[in-house]
Amino acid sequence: MASRAGALRPPVGAALVAALLVGMTLGTVAVVAAFSGASLPGASDWAAVRFTVTQAALSAALSGLLAVPVARALARRRFAGRGALITLMGAPFLLPVIVAVLGLLAIFGRAGVMNDGLAVLGLPRVSIYGLHGVVLAHVFLNLPLATRMLLLGWQAIPAERFRLARSLDLTPGAQFRHLEWSMLRATLPGAVLTVFTICLASFAVALTLGGGPAATTVELAIYQALRFDFAPDRAATLAVLQFALCLTAVAVGWSLVRDAGFGTGLGRRVEMPAPKGWRRAADGAAIMLAAGFLMLPLLALVVRGIGGLGDLPGGMWTATLRSVSVALVTTVLTTGAALLLALAAGRRVAGHRVFDVAATLPLAASSLVIGTGLFLALRGVATPSDMALPVTVAVNATLALPYSYRLLLPEARALHQGQDRLAQALGMTRWARFRLVTLPCLARPLGFGAGITAALSMGDLGVITLFAAENNATLPLFIHGLMGSYRMEAAAAASLILMGTSFALFALFDRIGRHVAA
Amino acid sequence: MHGILHPRPVPSHMEEDMKTSILALGFATVASMAAAQDKPVLTVLTYDSFTAEWGPGPAVEKAFEAGCACDLQFVAAGDGAALLARIQIEGAASDADVVLGLDTNLTAAATATGLFAPHGQGWANTLPVVFDDPVFLPYDWGWFAFVHDTAKLPTPPKSFEELAASDVKIIIQDPRSSTPGLGLLMWVKAAYGDKAGAIWEGLADNIVTVTPGWSEAYGLFLEGEADMVLSYTTSPAYHLIAEEDASKAAAPFTEGHYLQVEVAGKLAATDQPELADAFLAFMGTEAFQAVIPTTNWMYPAVTPAAGLPAGFETLITPETSLLLSADEALAAREGALAEWQAALAR
Repeated sequence: MASRAGALRPPVGAALVAALLVGMTLGTVAVVAAFSGASLPGASDWAAVRFTVTQAALSAALSGLLAVPVARALARRRFAGRGALITLMGAPFLLPVIVAVLGLLAIFGRAGVMNDGLAVLGLPRVSIYGLHGVVLAHVFLNLPLATRMLLLGWQAIPAERFRLARSLDLTPGAQFRHLEWSMLRATLPGAVLTVFTICLASFAVALTLGGGPAATTVELAIYQALRFDFAPDRAATLAVLQFALCLTAVAVGWSLVRDAGFGTGLGRRVEMPAPKGWRRAADGAAIMLAAGFLMLPLLALVVRGIGGLGDLPGGMWTATLRSVSVALVTTVLTTGAALLLALAAGRRVAGHRVFDVAATLPLAASSLVIGTGLFLALRGVATPSDMALPVTVAVNATLALPYSYRLLLPEARALHQGQDRLAQALGMTRWARFRLVTLPCLARPLGFGAGITAALSMGDLGVITLFAAENNATLPLFIHGLMGSYRMEAAAAASLILMGTSFALFALFDRIGRHVAA
Repeated sequence: MHGILHPRPVPSHMEEDMKTSILALGFATVASMAAAQDKPVLTVLTYDSFTAEWGPGPAVEKAFEAGCACDLQFVAAGDGAALLARIQIEGAASDADVVLGLDTNLTAAATATGLFAPHGQGWANTLPVVFDDPVFLPYDWGWFAFVHDTAKLPTPPKSFEELAASDVKIIIQDPRSSTPGLGLLMWVKAAYGDKAGAIWEGLADNIVTVTPGWSEAYGLFLEGEADMVLSYTTSPAYHLIAEEDASKAAAPFTEGHYLQVEVAGKLAATDQPELADAFLAFMGTEAFQAVIPTTNWMYPAVTPAAGLPAGFETLITPETSLLLSADEALAAREGALAEWQAALAR
């Protein structure tokens, strides 16, 4: 009976986490809204809103449209390295944005490979700065995510239907209309909206590739209002606008998006006919072009950066250490908080929906909105540069939580329905149950979620820009400084360290999870 | 000496005394070592290029520290206009004692924050305009100009109107974070008044990108990202003197050139007021002023006894100097910024 009572114990920890999340998201928005007061958005603020929506819509549409042929080709073709390519497509999600930007500059920049090619052909060089540069970077970062989401859709089509289509002798076109089109109608809007939402909150891409008032996102305008103009009321007004934009997108997306697309099992075979002839060539071209587009910038960055590794700029290791510390603390906080929430939500205790909502709220929040709220709330308590690292940890932990939570929730539910009851029947103590049942069962998603959190936090270039001074820059900010002074080789070399550390942290936590689970 | 030549037993009470005096000596030594380590620190907040290896920072630091028994630390925080926002963000809690790198377009706004204290200095400058501000002191000056490569662009535009009509690509700086960027805003405003908005609309398609600071813009220009960059009439002197490269030139504009006077000021909340005063006084001396032309590549606020370095005579001298007063610049800033944003956002 005692253990039964234990199971019904009110989830104090989860309630506390939920309250903190509401504070970090809605609380900071309340601070911002109170501060913006009567200050109405001006013409340039609306221009930022227009640019934000335009670039997000273009980025999402392009990512979605390009993902269709790539995902279709991957679904129906078998070739050496297919599994590796699909795995690699998960990488851009973890790739630090500043690394991606440096890679793209090496290919598409004024001094990049593409412009050198144009010059050889006698064509004018093109500039990467502005709307097209921002969209290019967003497609680079999000095409893989969209592809993986659509690939899941193709895999979800029952094999029987393809067999039926074959026995009915349907042409590939007819098969597309009858089978695949309805799947796309169900999954494509979700994929496009996910990319749209991610691009709405884009900061680092606009900071590095945006160019002046014509290419300023709302997030960038918030940064400029505080760091350039020191106009906290304008920053607050912009933050309210940004929150409204993101909230709308997430509210619409809630009904459309079912899976974020980084789940496992993507390597599974799809029983789908693989037509020969020109379709085979077209599929091959789609895969080659996508792989080239995704890999060449990173290869170029490696080539550019490797020479600089012998002469790394001073201060880089300190910045690296700072970033690793931030990533580790963030990971512990996020993973612990997500576990508490997922266990409580999985047990379906009273009010478990509140936990679900609290864990989703950060998707509507953005780095600079939370940052502005904290900046205004903590003003006068300490200098911004003293708060830079704690604030970065808090914001990163909040923003990464939804991913960790979503990964844990299905397993936590299964755990509650399965082993948990058995453990209770056996009269195990809560600690023994946690250690012997909960942890091993959840180790895999815990490790994977911790890996994602660590990598995202390591590569984050967002709120730190509002608070940091020169003496407490994280590695991404340090690299941004090198870019600013056109030390491109040093920036490329430091980027290799950043990319390596991010992926190593991901692999470390993921491996720990697998090891404990095995 | 005496004790060593004639060793003898030390009376016990004297032994005690000696122990205490050795202890006292030890403490004194440690204390003086500690004092040597924490020499008072004077923190000067400035823009990026001032602290660069090739900038004035290293030479100024060495010369000032030679006479101050202090540690002069430059902190680089973006470009000049962002310095003011930085000081406002940090308020009275700022570690900075002196801000170096604002200009006359910002002094009225900076004075209004109440964060700066009067300088109380009496040294005279040799600026081409009368400059007598109770809070800010000038350290150098120059004319804004578009710089180009004479080989790649042999016939540069001769006015803003010609530039706007051409397809010459330019890089400019953000007027909210950079003093050259703000200077350009005031240049167009002073030259065209109510027609400034139309000029900006014409320039919009010439602008490759808008950078946060001068360093980024000049770096992009040198990398070949644009035909011209907003800089100074004195910038070609850098290439001529430091690199023996005579290919860079500033394009003279018929409207005249806007004048920039770069200034420094002491923060009211400084914990090193004497050192800050000493630094502001040092700014007017030959030791500081003589390094300005060939490190900051600007005209010094006090012309050195030896005159300007060879090579400066090759620079263009604008026939007309444009300059809004500090109050006029403050009054014009918001409207000019809105015009600029509206024209470039389209």
